[in-house]
Amino acid sequence: MQDRLILDQQQLDITISRMCHQLVELHDDFADTVLLGLQPRGKLFAKRIQTRLSEILGHEIPLGFLDITFHRDDFRRRESPLKANATEVNFIIEEKKVVLIDDVLYTGRSVRAALDAMIAFGRPAKVELMVLIDRKYTRHLPIEPDYTGKAVNTLASQNVAAEWREQGFESDNIWIKHKI
Amino acid sequence: MQQLSTRHLLGIKDITAEDIQLIFETADNFKEVLNRPIKKVPSLRDITIANIFFENSTRTKLSFELAEKRLSADVVNFSSSNSSVKKGETLVDTVNNILSMKVDMVVMRHSSVGAPHYLSRKIQANIVNAGDGTHEHPTQALLDAFSIREKLGDVAGKKVAIIGDILHSRVALSNIFALQKLGAEVMVCGPITLIPKYITSLGVRVEHDVRKALAWCDVANILRIQLERQQIKYFPSLREYSLYYGINKKLLSQLDKEIVIMHPGPINRGVELNSDVADGPHSIILNQVENGVAIRMAVLYLLASVK
Repeated sequence: MQDRLILDQQQLDITISRMCHQLVELHDDFADTVLLGLQPRGKLFAKRIQTRLSEILGHEIPLGFLDITFHRDDFRRRESPLKANATEVNFIIEEKKVVLIDDVLYTGRSVRAALDAMIAFGRPAKVELMVLIDRKYTRHLPIEPDYTGKAVNTLASQNVAAEWREQGFESDNIWIKHKI
Repeated sequence: MQQLSTRHLLGIKDITAEDIQLIFETADNFKEVLNRPIKKVPSLRDITIANIFFENSTRTKLSFELAEKRLSADVVNFSSSNSSVKKGETLVDTVNNILSMKVDMVVMRHSSVGAPHYLSRKIQANIVNAGDGTHEHPTQALLDAFSIREKLGDVAGKKVAIIGDILHSRVALSNIFALQKLGAEVMVCGPITLIPKYITSLGVRVEHDVRKALAWCDVANILRIQLERQQIKYFPSLREYSLYYGINKKLLSQLDKEIVIMHPGPINRGVELNSDVADGPHSIILNQVENGVAIRMAVLYLLASVK
């Protein structure tokens, strides 16, 4: 089967704008809200959201990056260990509304680990989940997104690949690819 | 590379430069964890670690125990002073008894050279050498090199002088291996009686004049005079040693540059290091202690992930 393009540059820009407006609708001027991107792959998507939000609201929205490697439930069960990434959370999330941001939601295990990792920075008033791609019917845990870019049907033999300009690609594209 | 090339940390001699870099990069992440409001991650929650100390230790033991607890491991402590070792039990028997209680990793300090190497051939658990006699003290060397990297940006190309009792020091040997693997130049400096005869075969410079050593180096790692290991007199008196090899502010102010001062502890204040230097602005002694926990977390975490 061929690789399938699910979001090209133009569609992605529309999707990101739409998701940002959804956020503004519920979070107003973001006085009590912070964004938390999941390392490593949610980082670039989270930055796009932050940039677009700042354009809409006219001021900078706090964004941190959370690494979940030390909180994963498959440590010592994986074939090869994962390398940790930097956590950069320069604000306290105590009593804040937190929007967790990741590129792809699959089994939900990363989000579970992220909820665990996040607690080390305080007790948030509310936590929401924003994902660019929701792979439907694949969850291992009762976790669902509050904001979804696009929901897709996929097979276990496929994965979702995000290509961003920051990684050296000519344009942003999101693909469903077959695992090699 | 994401995995260590070994399942035991017995000495720096046995690991690669890539291993050391991986440990440093992982320690960077753990250092960030240690600055969070909640300084704990659940990574090793299904692992039990035995700290087996056949020789006295304060900071190493404390540092390992903190590292283990920050990683959520279960910890049991054992020291030989109040144990069956006194009743004549052998090393393997002692450790096997502890392992029967389902222990996954052993952190061991022993006064005999090669004790952890011997043990690694006899038992299944991962072993971390926390100092074996006058041989190696790998985690100390890692945290020393990590502290240099943190202070000066990189270890490669730096000149490091190790000053003091080289003959009885496991810190010296592990430091030499680690620093050379990372591309630093190493000099040892001390009285002729405290420098092992064949140390030059490791490719280090030897200097007996502390002024020349200080003028040469970017970093001075001052070692403790280990009176407890000295069976004979290696120098006439502590006073005389201090006069010739003690580092003080006056010595440093005569240099035309600033050098970084390190000491693995415990310090004999007024002997190898004066208080005006130990507590001075160029000293990173307490940073070394802080980094020790992050480095040990990285080592334990990475060893636990080796299949």
